[in-house]
Amino acid sequence: MGGTSEKTINLKLKIWKQNGPDDKGHFIEHEAKSVSTDMSFLEMMDVVNEDLVKAGKSPVEFDHDCREGICGACSMVINGNPHGPDTATTTCQLHMRRFQDGQTVVIEPFRARAFPVVRDLVVDRSAFDRIIQAGGFISVNTGNAQDANALPVPKVDADEAFASAACIGCGACVAVCKNASANLFVSAKITHLGLVPQGQAERDERARNMVQQMDQEGFGACTNTGACSAACPKEISLENIAQMNKDFLKASLKDRS
Amino acid sequence: MDLNTTFEADKDTVVMSSLLRLVKSTIGSKSLVGVTGLGLSLFVLSHMAGNLLILVDPKMYNLYGHALVTNPLIYLAEMGLIALFLAHVVKAVLLTFVNRQARPQKYAMASSGDKATSAVTKTMWAQGLIIFVFVILHLFTFKFGNYYEVIYDGEPVRDLHRLVVEVFAQPGYLVGYIIALLILGLHLSHGVGSAFQTLGFNHPKYTPMIKKISCLYAFIVAGGFIAQPLYVFFIYKG
Ligand code: HEM
Ligand code: FES
Repeated sequence: MGGTSEKTINLKLKIWKQNGPDDKGHFIEHEAKSVSTDMSFLEMMDVVNEDLVKAGKSPVEFDHDCREGICGACSMVINGNPHGPDTATTTCQLHMRRFQDGQTVVIEPFRARAFPVVRDLVVDRSAFDRIIQAGGFISVNTGNAQDANALPVPKVDADEAFASAACIGCGACVAVCKNASANLFVSAKITHLGLVPQGQAERDERARNMVQQMDQEGFGACTNTGACSAACPKEISLENIAQMNKDFLKASLKDRS
Repeated sequence: MDLNTTFEADKDTVVMSSLLRLVKSTIGSKSLVGVTGLGLSLFVLSHMAGNLLILVDPKMYNLYGHALVTNPLIYLAEMGLIALFLAHVVKAVLLTFVNRQARPQKYAMASSGDKATSAVTKTMWAQGLIIFVFVILHLFTFKFGNYYEVIYDGEPVRDLHRLVVEVFAQPGYLVGYIIALLILGLHLSHGVGSAFQTLGFNHPKYTPMIKKISCLYAFIVAGGFIAQPLYVFFIYKG
């Protein structure tokens, strides 16, 4: 590749292998030789898998899709950090130049009761989908779109809503939280929709239903450690959680049903 | 059938069910921990401030205690405090169990570097348990401890000052007390600010200030309490 000073490193990998949700799982050790520092972490994993297949072993399953930090499919906990050591970075955007020659790298799946392991590093994050189904939407009747000017949105609100909307739903917040709490994810959705005029009609119901679903899925409560925001590849702020708490408390006290 | 009464009854159960749902939810539970935590924080500040009289004069200290326990409102205040304390502890412990269950399998490595979190915030429950044990012991040592009396202007008053001097003459007590109060300080340094976040207040302009005030608050409360036995042990000469 032009313009880059390609270097290679050797790594000792300890990778989680688990045959299915009911398997106990264990670490396998693998020497990754001559890893280009220009590779992304996922590319490194692709090479590891080719080596494993060539050696007649089964490859390590992991989730990925866009590989450009926007879809939220990639996961993995790398040396204890979801999406690895860099802030504001997804695993697919993490580069091997971030690692040292000879370093041991421990790779685990996101661990949470609400995210059961499907296989190896792949976990089932459909709990997030069910939370969205419980209220993470705005109901709009079909027909002509309104004139945009008919719905003024203050610039500050638009900016804040946009910052919350940056959440890609990867689940790193759950993975890093000592309580496996989904507060950052759920609050980003509640805040995003609660800041725009179209979201007002369902605002109370949304807060109540999404929080109820979140609790039912078996995520823990927030203890304000701030780990989620620090690990979030989109740097979603803790302000979202405070906003969700406020919306939920208000909506619950107002509840007539 | 009397439609009116069924309507009233339904309304009652409906009100209960929505409030019950709130109290059972994680966010409702945590808010209760926050509100009661703030209430307890105000109590410890006033408790510390009042007891500072020990640095001034034994008689004033004893008369302050006497004024508190002879005020008829004391029972109301004590019941309120017990309720705050128990609600805080019960909800905090229940939440800790929920939080534990949410991650049945631990990681092989802890997060580190930019993604690490402070030990104080991660161990609030453990600090709480130590505070809980301390509070019980504290009540037995002082409130239900040896009863000495002293006569001021012909009126018998409990000589708490003597008990305090006697207890803190023992180095073991002194050290144990200081450790417990340092832990309360840690609990408050995170807790006071955290309660604002829990109750829905986070603002880029004020939250950094609230966090600093939280630490200052903890420093004042813990420092003010710790100064008292230190004074009694090292400076007070009877
Ligand atoms: C005088 C005694 C106490 C005071 C002043 C106090 C104060 C506080 C405050 C202000 C909070 C923050 C609430 C929030 O984040 O919303 C808190 C949280 C907490 N307290 Fe206490 N507390 C006391 C005793 C206890 C005891 C005895 C226990 C447990 C047995 C306990 C366990 C907890 C737990 C588990 C939390 C939640 C921590 C978290 O969210 O990370 N506390 N406390
Ligand atoms: S693969 Fe899409 S964000 Fe990483």
